[in-house]
Amino acid sequence: MSDSSMWVSISGIIRRDLLLAMRRWSDAAMSVFFLVIVVSLFPLGVGPEPAVLRTIAPGVLWVAALLTCLLSLARVFTPDYLDGVLEQMVLVPQPLSLLVLGKVLAHWVISGLPVVLLSPLLGLQFGLEGEALGVLVLSLLLGTPTLSMIGAIGAALVLGVRGSGLLVALLVLPLYVPVLIFGAGAVTSSMAGIGGEANLSLLGACLVLSLFLAPWATAAALRIALE
Amino acid sequence: MLQAVALSCRRGERRLFSDLNVKVERGKLLAVVGENGSGKTSLLRIFSSLLPPEEGSVRWEGQDIHQLKELYSGQLMYLGHLNGLKDDLTAVENLVSSMALAGEPCSESKAKEALEAIGLKRQVHRLPSKVLSQGQKRRVALARLWLSTRPLWLLDEPFTSLDTASTAVVTQRLHAHLQREGLVVVVTHQEIGLPAERLQQLRLAG
Repeated sequence: MSDSSMWVSISGIIRRDLLLAMRRWSDAAMSVFFLVIVVSLFPLGVGPEPAVLRTIAPGVLWVAALLTCLLSLARVFTPDYLDGVLEQMVLVPQPLSLLVLGKVLAHWVISGLPVVLLSPLLGLQFGLEGEALGVLVLSLLLGTPTLSMIGAIGAALVLGVRGSGLLVALLVLPLYVPVLIFGAGAVTSSMAGIGGEANLSLLGACLVLSLFLAPWATAAALRIALE
Repeated sequence: MLQAVALSCRRGERRLFSDLNVKVERGKLLAVVGENGSGKTSLLRIFSSLLPPEEGSVRWEGQDIHQLKELYSGQLMYLGHLNGLKDDLTAVENLVSSMALAGEPCSESKAKEALEAIGLKRQVHRLPSKVLSQGQKRRVALARLWLSTRPLWLLDEPFTSLDTASTAVVTQRLHAHLQREGLVVVVTHQEIGLPAERLQQLRLAG
């Protein structure tokens, strides 16, 4: 098949997912509110001591971003699986992994990008400033696509399984650990004045690795789910 | 030409069929009939390459479909018993997006023509699919038959919840496809009103 029909299929999938997200904007809005509420609970629980808040800020913001991503994973493949679109997707004369890449990209735009855009505001709430704030945004920009890629594997593996919501969390959260460590580490080390470059490079490496492996693994899992 | 060679299929513990041989020439329609649970849908899914057979192979123009892979997907249009429609999109949007996904993009006006051909009036085109009736949803899904240029059509119970008029329209469309040297495999419980020389029947024993 030619390149042009490949782009037609992939852009078709992205366009449809974004259109659907706009029609059901309340789903995306709920994830954002969830993020804001989780992050705001910590100052209430830990107390308003600025030094303490600044210390826990990177970890709290990153864990909250992780949970927000996790919540939205159920929306990646399950609706398509239930209404038969997934069957159509598997039978498209293009490599399924490329279509998966399109879907994950759409998922990131809907659920990851708002987290990135909102993070400076949430960082300010914890007293982060200057360079640390910039590193936080950058780390989320590099890290959240990786979360979507890894999450897609989990979401595809649990398709059609009872109690899949909890199962996907158990499957995916351990795999999120390196991203969490590098992401929060980047912000912490930049606050300590040693710069976040090393951790950011590692986050970039995670992203590249997941871009190569995750679509392929997800496609294999989707095929198994449809058998 | 679509050919099944010594196919067997097992779902869980149950063997649905074994050593199944069937050949469909261009210009012919194969109607797969049989009781509920006799493996009709499984056979169609094997034909579509969604389900790998336990034994045997499916050949398209003499070549194993599992070697052809995407080349084979480019030859077929599959409509399962799920309609593949998004509740929040309108009939036109659904049709345009599923054709784009299939790699056969079509314009909105073409999509509207297809919907009208299957008897869905203009007022219905702009409604979100969730408010349509079962029969109307099925017709939106079937409108792809008017847009697809693929030679092989695999249809799982296309006539479910259709009224008699729409059944006739779809049957006519199948006939036109067969006259253009197309091939159709249909899982159905109904008689198909086509000339006998176009029809071929496969009864699964169950």
